[in-house]
Amino acid sequence: MSVTIQIPTPLRRFTGEQGEVEVDGATVGEALADLTRRHPALRRHLYMDDGALRSFVNVFLNDEDVRHLQAQGTPVASGDTLLIIPSIAGGFL
Amino acid sequence: MSRLFITPRHLQTIGRHASVSYPDECCGVLIGRCQPGATFVERVLSVGNEREDSRHNRYLISPETVLAAHREARALGLDVVGYYHSHPDHPARPSEVDREQAWPGVSYLIVSVQQRKVADARSWRLSDDRESFEEEVIDQAAIGAPPPAGVPGVHKEAV
Repeated sequence: MSVTIQIPTPLRRFTGEQGEVEVDGATVGEALADLTRRHPALRRHLYMDDGALRSFVNVFLNDEDVRHLQAQGTPVASGDTLLIIPSIAGGFL
Repeated sequence: MSRLFITPRHLQTIGRHASVSYPDECCGVLIGRCQPGATFVERVLSVGNEREDSRHNRYLISPETVLAAHREARALGLDVVGYYHSHPDHPARPSEVDREQAWPGVSYLIVSVQQRKVADARSWRLSDDRESFEEEVIDQAAIGAPPPAGVPGVHKEAV
């Protein structure tokens, strides 16, 4: 199943400057895993060492945050588009 | 060392936001253009700190707000090139929390506010290995304007 993942500009140097990557997968988690298989340098910026998605990394499926759906288990269909959008957080302590 | 080109007027906008938000942290989005080694800020988008607690030492820009900023930038033919936030009564240096929640390839401008007055402004970029932040020069001279009187402490080499 072919899904398009839109790559945020800061991360495009890890995808050979591609703004969109076609991946395979039946769920959001599988699609992201295929993305990092194709572009391994992306992995550390999306995932923690334990394999969990970093807390500030958000994935939108056709403009809806997948946390409001079935998170990584959300099914995807051919033609779907996933966006990777960071939340920006921090602070002095 | 990379350079962040930003006008004194935009720095003043950020400084005012940091000052009026004191003692809470403020935050916003930098919109512009980027090329290897140089980032040019053309718009500053001040947004609300979306944290519901600990706003004095934490800030949050939700993904919905980030997405809206990306769309606004695209509509202008520009891009989101960085973010800013303030450190009330603390130095303009990124914390461990800042490092854990950052990506390389964008600028993180931090404004130190001491007792509601802007004391310093520094800009940082995360290294590709995520291990450290590297400081970048804030450059106002190259865009032909003097530094703003209300933003002391901006690097001497940058002005």
